[in-house]
Amino acid sequence: MDSGGILGLTGAETAGALESGEIASDEVIGAWDRAAASDDLNSWLWLPEAREQEEATGAPVAIKDIFCTEGIPTTAGSRILEGYLPPYDSTAVAKLRAAGLPVLGKTNMDEFAMGSSNENSAFGPVLNPWDRTRVPGGSSGGSAACVAGGTALWALGTDTGGSIRQPAALCGIVGLKPTYGAISRFGMIAFASSLDQCGPLTTNVTDAAMLLSILEGRDPLDSTSTGIPGGIVPPEGEDLSGLTFGVPRSFLEKGVDPGVGDVFERSLTEIESLGGTVVEVELPHAELGISAYYILAPAEASTNLSRYDGVRYGMRVEERDLVEMYEQTRSLGFGREVKRRIMLGTYALSSGYYDAYYARAQRVRTLIARDFETAFEQVDFVVTPTSPSVAFEIGEKVGDPWTMYLNDLFTVPMSLAGIPAISIPAGLSEPAGGGPELPVGLQLAAPAYGEQKLLNASIALEKSIGFEGRTGEVGR
Amino acid sequence: MNSPDAEFEAVIGLEIHVQLSTETKMFCGCRLSFGDPPNTHTCPICLGHPGVLPVPNRRAIEYALLIAAALGCEVAPSSIFHRKNYFYPDNPKAYQISQFDVPIASGGNLAGVRIHRAHLEEDAAKMIHVGTSGRIQGSDASLVDFNRAGTPLVEIVTEPDLTSGAQVREWGQLLRATVRQLGVSDVNMEEGSLRCDANVSIRPKGSDQLGTKTEMKNMNSFRFLERGIEAEIERQTGILRNGGQVVQETLHFDPATGELHPLRSKEEAHDYRYMPEPDLVPVAPDSGMLEAAAAALPELPEAREARYRDELGIQEGAARLMSVETAWAEFFEGMLESEPEIEPKVAANWLTGELAAELRRQDDISLGSSPVTPANLARLVGMVQAKRVSNASAKDVLVKMVSEGADPEQVVVGEGLEQISDSGELESIVDAVIEANPGPAGEVLGGNEKAIGALVGAVMKEAGGRVDGGEVNRLLRERLTAD
Repeated sequence: MDSGGILGLTGAETAGALESGEIASDEVIGAWDRAAASDDLNSWLWLPEAREQEEATGAPVAIKDIFCTEGIPTTAGSRILEGYLPPYDSTAVAKLRAAGLPVLGKTNMDEFAMGSSNENSAFGPVLNPWDRTRVPGGSSGGSAACVAGGTALWALGTDTGGSIRQPAALCGIVGLKPTYGAISRFGMIAFASSLDQCGPLTTNVTDAAMLLSILEGRDPLDSTSTGIPGGIVPPEGEDLSGLTFGVPRSFLEKGVDPGVGDVFERSLTEIESLGGTVVEVELPHAELGISAYYILAPAEASTNLSRYDGVRYGMRVEERDLVEMYEQTRSLGFGREVKRRIMLGTYALSSGYYDAYYARAQRVRTLIARDFETAFEQVDFVVTPTSPSVAFEIGEKVGDPWTMYLNDLFTVPMSLAGIPAISIPAGLSEPAGGGPELPVGLQLAAPAYGEQKLLNASIALEKSIGFEGRTGEVGR
Repeated sequence: MNSPDAEFEAVIGLEIHVQLSTETKMFCGCRLSFGDPPNTHTCPICLGHPGVLPVPNRRAIEYALLIAAALGCEVAPSSIFHRKNYFYPDNPKAYQISQFDVPIASGGNLAGVRIHRAHLEEDAAKMIHVGTSGRIQGSDASLVDFNRAGTPLVEIVTEPDLTSGAQVREWGQLLRATVRQLGVSDVNMEEGSLRCDANVSIRPKGSDQLGTKTEMKNMNSFRFLERGIEAEIERQTGILRNGGQVVQETLHFDPATGELHPLRSKEEAHDYRYMPEPDLVPVAPDSGMLEAAAAALPELPEAREARYRDELGIQEGAARLMSVETAWAEFFEGMLESEPEIEPKVAANWLTGELAAELRRQDDISLGSSPVTPANLARLVGMVQAKRVSNASAKDVLVKMVSEGADPEQVVVGEGLEQISDSGELESIVDAVIEANPGPAGEVLGGNEKAIGALVGAVMKEAGGRVDGGEVNRLLRERLTAD
């Protein structure tokens, strides 16, 4: 099989061809190494210059640069970790390697996963393969762009408030955020520890399930990890009969672009045509999600990022005393958005403000989790558009953090509730200001540990929607 | 000198950090060590690398439960860890994982001093400041040794129930003995495995208001802490007497000069921005763990002292020493074990009186490094009790036991120190002495009881100390009244 043939296979097909001996490990790895090297979207922060002979059982995986990889530069998209070589592998990467899936390269991202456009990377923005004047979404922008652009078959990302689902939606691929605790966070550089979760970005639902089945599991190195009871098997689903899908109409009124709204309504029709029932549900507190999230996530980030102090690793600005060294290192090492959130979080945790902000936001979080519990008494899934809009232009929202934060309006509530949610491509829509059509994502959320059900429903929808997949612009 | 007793009383509370002697650190698998080359017991977790997560040490939790049980504390069904945030090179994550509003143990009491709480946390790294001052200010460079970083600690906080330096020392020694008895810490103050801070304030006698307190940090012995507290009480008394106000600050007491120096002012206190640690789940000991802790509780010094005093009739001083100083308690118990017939009170006197004095006399040998074993001392006491050897001879034997590690049986037999048990031999000595000392003998016969002393002495001398004074006395009386 030639290189183009290999690149045209799905993850499952690649594994099958390797197992049958139809193709060899070095052919697969070589084909993807060449594809990755051809990237012109700024998807990659690191690609190997040379490789040891590796036995692969499947295509190598693009790894978001937030996962520590032993001896391989890991920056989390930040200057402050420039030159840092982790002395260990994250559990997620170790599990992939153990399963015979090598690291293809490290992908670009918003600095410390803080952003929805990948414009906050210290190493330059990533371009959307559908329209290079537009963002790929974030923070797993590099992971989404390389998969959509064909320079990787599949990728690992992380999702704190939508960082897998939103870029997957904006790039027209599948992105899954599992239940909090399903996959070990060990070695995943922390942004907001109580929300961060690792997950796959793939071209199809079957591949997402394949990666999830490798990654999930209780890890003795992560006390908060649980795995998924029963594990994950290849998803199956032809129709949606007997399943109920809840649409939080009043929440969606908070602002969906008309084009996105149209694709979403067509998805609902598709669900019904597959035998599913669509009903309205209430998520009364979901609209408070963004506000609560932007207290909780920065609060946790402010302490998680304190370790970048110039003392032990990464960047250090030499100064005449300790305090000035701290100040200069952190002032020059962190970007604007990271500093904004560190300040927000520091303020929210300050003595005298804790109850007014942090404790209150925790109560909102509990209310949102209860909203979902109540909804799931009536429905199997909650469905929303993944993002209120299609991919926006580079530079369009950088000056207005609040508008940027609203990108996560529909993804943040699931993160706060710790439940699994997937974004699958639902169709194409013109941007609000006109122009070529761009992908729209459909988000489905399920109760905790409902990944298998979620994947089964998604695969039925995927077949029926028949989305064209990648842009085919690069690498093919 | 101002005396605090007249108008003022001191109010003292303690914060004691106990380094647990677990195999590994609190949240990672690195071994605990003391005195090893710097930075040889570290890993990405205790160095605070990006992406790492803490996993609690189960043994440390079990040790904390033991301490809680020993102090009579209530154990929280579910306690949580917080992050205490501050920047300093000894704090690799820039937060210390500690317990805040829900500690593992609260309430409790040790010898009348109430325990406010006890909680688990991790120790910081050790800083070494290179240069003349030994402090960070003015040093040429500061080095960090992360071997200590992440060592499990239990911090015990008392209520302000103590009132003097001497009481703090005594109570501190009891606490140290109690924790040592549990086997959960080396409790060595010089090595820092036990660290004690004291909060000291004074107030007019009888007042129920607390005065402004100062904190005394990191004394490396309870004696220095006692002196430091006494100096601080005196300083605060002087300030209040002169109409001044005590400033809240942290002080260091220099035992060499007896001076108190401020360390840092509390006005500059950090806002630690405590936040629940999202990387850890609550500590919820199951009933099995709680029962195991209760079952593993050994006899503690406080109870042991009471038993020695009340049941064995041992004098208070000896009972205290043998319960607070584990080595002495173990020695004593070892004596009773090897010679169950000996009288505990006599054994205690020989241990804390004769042996202690002899050890002091011979180059201040410590009990642990002396060659005298509990079994040997017990055998000697047994021989005294069986009247095989006289008290006086036994003391000579003890000298040889300490200096040469001699076996008491061999010394007694080898040097012919066994008491004369042949009554015929002793009787003939007594008769000879009466004959040779008609004066005193006559006086005794004439009713002067005191005169018998001279005769007893003469018999003892004649017998080379190998006789029992009481037996001699009895025989002399028999002779001098029978005639």
